[in-house]
Amino acid sequence: MNTPPSWSGSSLLVFKPRPSLPAPRQTVGIIGWLRTNLFNGWFNSLLTVIALGLLWQTVPPLLSWAIFDAVWTGGSDACPPGYEGACWVFIFNKFRVLMVGLYPGDLLWRPMLAGGIFVTLAAVTVLRLMNPGKLIALWFLLPLPFYWLIAGGLGLTAVDQSLWGGLMLSLGLATIGVLISLPLGILLALGRRSNVAIVKSICVGIIEPVRGVPLITILFMASVMMPLFLPVGLNINNLLRVQIGIILFSAAYMAEVVRGGLQAISLGQYDAAKSLGLNYWKTTALIVLPQALRHVIPSLIGRCIALFKDTSLVIIVGLLDFLGMVKASAQDPEWLGHDTEAYVFCALVFWIICFSMSRYGRSLERQKEEE
Amino acid sequence: MNIPLRMLKGGRLVGLFMQFAVVAGIIYLGYLLFLNTQANLEARNIASGFGFFSVEAGFPISNTLVPYSPADTYGYAFFIGIINTLYVAFLGIIATTFIGIFIGVARVSSNWLVAKLAEIYVETLRNIPLLLILFFTYGVVLAGLPGPRSSLNPFFGCFINNRGLYLPKPLFQNGFGFVLLALVLGIIIAYIVSRWSVIYRDRAGIVLPSGWIGSGVIIGLPVITYFAMGSPLSWEIAVFKGFNFQGGIVFRPEFSALMIGLVLYTAAFIGENVRSGIQSVDVGQLDAAKSFGVSKGTIMRRIVLPQAFRVIIPATTNDYTSLVKNSSLAVAIGYPDMVSVGGTIIGQNDQAIEIIGLWMAVYLAINLVISIIMNWVNSKAQLVER
Repeated sequence: MNTPPSWSGSSLLVFKPRPSLPAPRQTVGIIGWLRTNLFNGWFNSLLTVIALGLLWQTVPPLLSWAIFDAVWTGGSDACPPGYEGACWVFIFNKFRVLMVGLYPGDLLWRPMLAGGIFVTLAAVTVLRLMNPGKLIALWFLLPLPFYWLIAGGLGLTAVDQSLWGGLMLSLGLATIGVLISLPLGILLALGRRSNVAIVKSICVGIIEPVRGVPLITILFMASVMMPLFLPVGLNINNLLRVQIGIILFSAAYMAEVVRGGLQAISLGQYDAAKSLGLNYWKTTALIVLPQALRHVIPSLIGRCIALFKDTSLVIIVGLLDFLGMVKASAQDPEWLGHDTEAYVFCALVFWIICFSMSRYGRSLERQKEEE
Repeated sequence: MNIPLRMLKGGRLVGLFMQFAVVAGIIYLGYLLFLNTQANLEARNIASGFGFFSVEAGFPISNTLVPYSPADTYGYAFFIGIINTLYVAFLGIIATTFIGIFIGVARVSSNWLVAKLAEIYVETLRNIPLLLILFFTYGVVLAGLPGPRSSLNPFFGCFINNRGLYLPKPLFQNGFGFVLLALVLGIIIAYIVSRWSVIYRDRAGIVLPSGWIGSGVIIGLPVITYFAMGSPLSWEIAVFKGFNFQGGIVFRPEFSALMIGLVLYTAAFIGENVRSGIQSVDVGQLDAAKSFGVSKGTIMRRIVLPQAFRVIIPATTNDYTSLVKNSSLAVAIGYPDMVSVGGTIIGQNDQAIEIIGLWMAVYLAINLVISIIMNWVNSKAQLVER
C-alpha cells in the first residue's frame, strides 16, 4: 500500500497571491473619468473640444447679460437704450400685470389668497402629504371658492372678466380644463369601448376629429362660431367659450390616454367582477377605472403639461393670458426694447412649472415600478 | 312574430329603441342648432355658402409660392394658404427629422458632455410653449438682425438681414431636362444594382459594394450629362438696389421664424423617440454582434436601427401630425398659412362656419395622408415573424 504523502513539514508550497497592483492611473479618478467619458477615441475628443468651444462662446456672454451686467434696481430710466445687459427692473415693474393682468390693485389680496392656496395644494400634492382620495376631492372642490374669490359676488366686489389676465388666467384655464376634461375624457373612452354602436360612433366622432385639427381652429370655433349656434339673445362671454373649447380639445386627448389604460386591464378582471354580480357601472367604477387610471398617471401628467403650454394660444382669440401680458408689456412705450427680458422671464416661469410637473410624473412612474 | 319577442327577452329591443331615441335626439339637436344658426346669420346679415369664393379678395398676401394679387378671388387666396401650410409642413417634417435624429443620437452618445448638452436642449424646448419660441425667434432674434445695408454675408450669394434670407436662385437653361432625366435613370440603375447584388450575394456569397456603385451612378450620371449639355444652369444672385435686395430666392422672416420654431421644438420630441428607440435594443445583442466581429457601422445599420425603428415610428407619426397642426401658429407671427388667410377672410365677410369647416377638413386630410404613409412605413419596419 502506498503511504499517503505527508502534508506536514516545511517542504509544502503554499500559494500566496501577491497584493494586486493599483489600477492604472489613467483609468481611475478624475483623469480616468475624463478619459472614458470625454476623450475615448479621436472622434469623441473632437466632439468634446467642439462642445467646449460652443459653451465658451455662449455661456459667459449669457451669464454677464443675465446676472453680472443686469440692472436689478431703479426705474424705467435705469436701463438706457442700447445698454448691454438684462433689465430685470422691467420685469419687477411689470410683475403685477404679468401675474394677474389688469385686476384692480385694491382687490389684489383675492388673487394672492387664491394663488397661495393653489401653490400650497400643489406642494401638498407633490410632497404626498395627504392621502390621494382627499387630495383629488380638494382639487375638484377648490375651483368654486376660487371662482368666487376672483370673480366676486356674494358679498365681494364683482370684478369683470375682461380684467382677468396674466399667469392667473393661464393657470385657471389649464386647471379648470384638466379638472373637467378628465372626467369627460373618461366617459368618452368608456363610450369608445362600448358595445352599443351608436354610443361608440358618437364618441369616435368626437375624439378623432378633435384630435386631428389644431387647437387654434377649435379656439376660433369657440370664439367666432359658437355664438352663431346659440339661440338669438343668449350670450356666453368669450372667456367661457374659450374655456369650453379648451375642455373639448383636452377631453379628446385625455380619452385616448385613458383608453390606453383600459386596454391594459385583463379580461379576467371583468369576468371576476361579473361573477361577483357587479353590474357595468359598478365594475367600471370599482374594478376597472382605479387600475386603468393608475396605469396612465404619467401620461395624464404629460397631457396636463401639454395643456398648460397650449393655453398660451388663447392670445390668438384675444385673451391676455401670461404670454399675452408678456407681449403687451414688451410693447409698453415707456419700456421699449425689453422683449428679450420679457420672453426669457416667461420661458423661465413656464419651464419651472412644466419641468416640475414632468419630474413629479417621473417620480410617480418610478414609484409604480418599485411596487 | 317570435323574432321581436326574442329580442325583447334579451333586452335587445329596448337597446335598439334607446339607440333610435339617441339618434332622434341628436337629429333634433342638430335641427335646433341649424335654426339658431340661420336666425343668427340673418340677424347679423351674414351670407352662407361658398359663393364668396369667386368674389375678389382685395387683400395682399406676402410670402406666396405662386403668383397672387389682391384682384384674385377669395377661393384662390385660401388655396394660397393651403399651399403655404403644405409647404411648411413638408419642409418642416424633413428638417425636424434630421435634427431630431441628431439630437437623439447625441442623447445616447458615450461622450458625457455631448449627451448632457442634448439633454439640456430637450428638457428646455419641451417645457416651454411653442408660441413663445415663435414670438422670441420672430420678435427678438430675426428682428435683431442687421438691416439690408449691413447684411450678413456668410458665403457668396447668400445674404441675411432683418428683411429675410436671400439665396442664389437657379435658372434652368435649355437641356437641363436631360440632367433630371439622367438623375432618374441613375436612381433606377442604382435600385436594380442593389436588388441584383442581394441575389448575387445569396448565390455566390460575395458582397458587392452596391451602396458605393449606386451612389456613384446617381451622382455620376447627372454630372456627366450636365457637362455634356454645356452646363445648362446659371444662378441669379440677389443684389442690393435702392433700399433692399432684389432677385434671388427669398425666405421672409415670418417663414424663417415659423420653420425655426417648429423644427427645433418638434426635434426635441423626435430626439426623445430616437433615444428611447435606440435604448430599447437589448445590450446583449450588441455584445453578441461585437463578439462575432461585426463592425461598428454594420451593428448600427443592421442590428440597432431596424429594431429601434419599430419603437421610433409610431411615436414619430404623432409628432409629425402635431407639427402640421402646430404650423397653424403661423397666424400669430403673420405668415400667411391657411389659418392666417382664413382668419383674414372671416374678418372681412364673417363667414366663419365655412372657413372653420374647411380648415378642419384640410387638416384632417393632411393628417390622414401622414398616417397612411407612416402606417405603411411602420408595416415595413415591423418584425416579420416566420
